[in-house]
Amino acid sequence: MSGKKASRAAATEKKGKVLEIGAVVTNPGSSFENKTGGWRAMRPVWNKEKCTQCMICWMFCPDMAIPQKDGKRGETNFDFCKGCGICKSECVFGAITMEKEKK
Amino acid sequence: MINALPERELFAPGHSACAGCGAPIVARIVLKIGGPETIVCNATGCMEVFTTPHPRTSWKVPWIHAAFENAAAVASGVDRALKKLGTRDRTNLVILGGDGGTFDIGFGALSGMLERGHKATYVCYDNEAYMNTGIQRSGATPKYANTTTTPAGRSVHGKTEFTKQLPFIVAAHGAYTATANVAFPQDLADKLKKSFAFNGPSYIQVFSPCPTGWRHPTDQSIEIAKLAFKTNVYPLYEIENGILKINRKPTQATPIEEYLMRQGRFKHLTKEEIADLQQHVNADWERLLKLEESGLRIF
Repeated sequence: MSGKKASRAAATEKKGKVLEIGAVVTNPGSSFENKTGGWRAMRPVWNKEKCTQCMICWMFCPDMAIPQKDGKRGETNFDFCKGCGICKSECVFGAITMEKEKK
Repeated sequence: MINALPERELFAPGHSACAGCGAPIVARIVLKIGGPETIVCNATGCMEVFTTPHPRTSWKVPWIHAAFENAAAVASGVDRALKKLGTRDRTNLVILGGDGGTFDIGFGALSGMLERGHKATYVCYDNEAYMNTGIQRSGATPKYANTTTTPAGRSVHGKTEFTKQLPFIVAAHGAYTATANVAFPQDLADKLKKSFAFNGPSYIQVFSPCPTGWRHPTDQSIEIAKLAFKTNVYPLYEIENGILKINRKPTQATPIEEYLMRQGRFKHLTKEEIADLQQHVNADWERLLKLEESGLRIF
């Protein structure tokens, strides 16, 4: 489901629901349902061979789209990557290149 | 070094910040250092709007927003309530505000909180204008910057005043004060740790680029933040117990032109105006160096 559709589905669901007092949100981290990957015009491509696992891209990703597990970088999460290109600019080893997003 | 920060993520993806925004990186680092036992009080601003589009939230810690001007006052209440509950010692209290909510609108509440000596950390992510409402000038906007309320025209070239020196005003209250930069996460993390350990109010002002308002490509956010440090536009210092210490010094200061010409908000600048800004930056830097060298208790 694309980001737009998901947010529309959430809105219809909201109509039938009674809000909490003070409109309190009781589900922590629920923005996870909002897939922002649809905003992307450029796609970062990760070259595993050039990567030295320095984690600079992980630190500077504003969308938490680059996961780290046990000190190792994981595959980019394209559900959330907005394609800003910070990872490409900050990678000292040239392990990330930007490509035009395909439909 | 960056690897030394905790892996756990208490800030969820899917927030609606613009691509290339510096503010989510600040929020991430704050929560990485604060841990799950953190309470966040948020002032109105980009951070509040993009992290909590109802009925969702990006925060995995308790979070409260009341109004634009009173984030620090809300935190004062939270501090007192925690004391009554007896959980104050193991809870970190963070206030997050933009530069508009800190320099201008929330200034009274911030001053009150500092004066009453509440144990809380005020983190101001400084993107140098009211970005959420459409790039209006604030007390933090630098001189000559083009904003929608100070447009660069033929006779007036952007904002006509210099930035408010808020860290010094805050330090005069006796608080632990520091400036940080989103391009130096380890430095910011160290300052956050210090502020959580400090028994009293603390204030950290973080330089955070905004591609939409500053009119630069989204991928250059961190590069521009690094240039702000290299050109001494945004020095990294802390004032602890009234004594100023510069945390990092560029080996050789870069001419300010390099920083300015990367951003659309400064593209109308003439040679004289650039020289004026350079002179101002040099004077500020020299004053900082002298203050550090003297070792005097300035506040």
